[in-house]
Amino acid sequence: MTEANQKTPLHALHIELGARMSPFAGYDMPIQYPAGVLAEHLHTRQAAGLFDVSHMGQALIESGDHTAVASFLESLCPADFLNLAPGRQRYTQLLNENGGIVDDLMVTRAPGAEGALRLVVNASRKEADFALIRQRLPSGVRLTPLPESALIALQGPVAAATLARLAPGQGLEAMAFMSARPARIAGFESFVSRSGYTGEDGYEISIASAQAEGFARILLDQPDVAPIGLGARDSLRLEAGLCLYGHELDETVDPIEAALSWSIQKRRRVEGGFPGAKRIQDALANGPDRQRVGVRPDGRAPAREGAEIVSADEAPIGVVTSGGFGPSVGAPIAMGYVARSHAAVGTPVNLMVRGKPLSARIVTLPFHPHAYHRR
Amino acid sequence: MSEIRYSKDHEYIRVESGEGVVGISDYAQKQLGDVVFAETPPVGKALKKGDPAAVVESVKAASDVFAPVSGQVLAVNSEVESTPGLINEDALGRGWLFRIGLADASELSALMDEAAYADFLKTLA
Repeated sequence: MTEANQKTPLHALHIELGARMSPFAGYDMPIQYPAGVLAEHLHTRQAAGLFDVSHMGQALIESGDHTAVASFLESLCPADFLNLAPGRQRYTQLLNENGGIVDDLMVTRAPGAEGALRLVVNASRKEADFALIRQRLPSGVRLTPLPESALIALQGPVAAATLARLAPGQGLEAMAFMSARPARIAGFESFVSRSGYTGEDGYEISIASAQAEGFARILLDQPDVAPIGLGARDSLRLEAGLCLYGHELDETVDPIEAALSWSIQKRRRVEGGFPGAKRIQDALANGPDRQRVGVRPDGRAPAREGAEIVSADEAPIGVVTSGGFGPSVGAPIAMGYVARSHAAVGTPVNLMVRGKPLSARIVTLPFHPHAYHRR
Repeated sequence: MSEIRYSKDHEYIRVESGEGVVGISDYAQKQLGDVVFAETPPVGKALKKGDPAAVVESVKAASDVFAPVSGQVLAVNSEVESTPGLINEDALGRGWLFRIGLADASELSALMDEAAYADFLKTLA
């Protein structure tokens, strides 16, 4: 139902740029522009891509002091927020009572804002997330969705120089990966984090919806910046080995199976105190039964989501959760879940594609090296 | 002179001296986007009209190519297997997939000619 789909503040701009639009998570979104998915993917790796991610859910959790907000979020997520420094950001998961993943999200402590954490959640999950959070809110803590804020990602090796030119003297190019702060870019007030979903260096910029189109036009006027659709966003994140909710992640998968244990800081591993802590601590101690892995087919045929993974002697061991062609890898790539017995890097497996076993092997993630700006 | 016919699944068959050259239409390659993989049928395979005969995959999705007529596979285009992008560049030319011997030439009349296919595409917009 096209009329039921919401529009982001950049919708008219996408149409003007010649985008092919398609429904995604209840929004009419650009899948690709005339350049096409391959060219858009490679452009992001070589220069800079602009992504409209305004469909994602932005919100604040607010209270008088950091401890109240951080403790509340720690009751829902396994990351350490009490020790999250001002101006820093963390990736985490909202968990159900079994430790299954309700959503994955970014949590940011803005510099100077005492007692507020900013959330960015998946578009397809925001209603479920906000309902869960509201249900658990203690007195004195508020959830404030930010539907009047757009979110624009600028990703790629030229992103930092582009923002430095538009915001001279503000030091945005010196920001560390997973840090965040307010900034004035080309005259627009915004909130910027150095993060993204492509494996490249880059930024996500939150800006008032009413100003988003003017801001995006200025970015697109910069040399080396091109608009990138959701098609390339998916191939970029797959090459970067990043999870997509509804594919690698759902309510049956816990963060250890999903190979996200790096996102659970030591204090939380020891203390627990998050939903499903027993299952997650057990998986940390003994290893999960199944594990998210990278898979490289030996031939040229891609294996798509849902393809069965079988062992060398064709016993069922798992399933592909995302698969396709990696434009920067120049070959088919996939992620999926396999039994722990077959999860070691180098293990030969077969992918069932159109009824035939295609030989493949388990490989390390990411498929394409991350280029984050770490200090 | 060769004549070209189209199926509703967007295969084309160009008939040249009793043989058919099969591929996907220019409309189909545009819809698919960048083609990254093509698989052709084994030479000698007997196909019935409507059988899945080849596979074309873009960055977005895999798509079966069905035999637009019945017949035996006479030859395949190995060039598209190594360079699948030829299907985007020249779907009707160097992007062909396989040649088929016509088992029953009357099956061609069930397919659309160029003008009828153009009209059919208008109904899809």
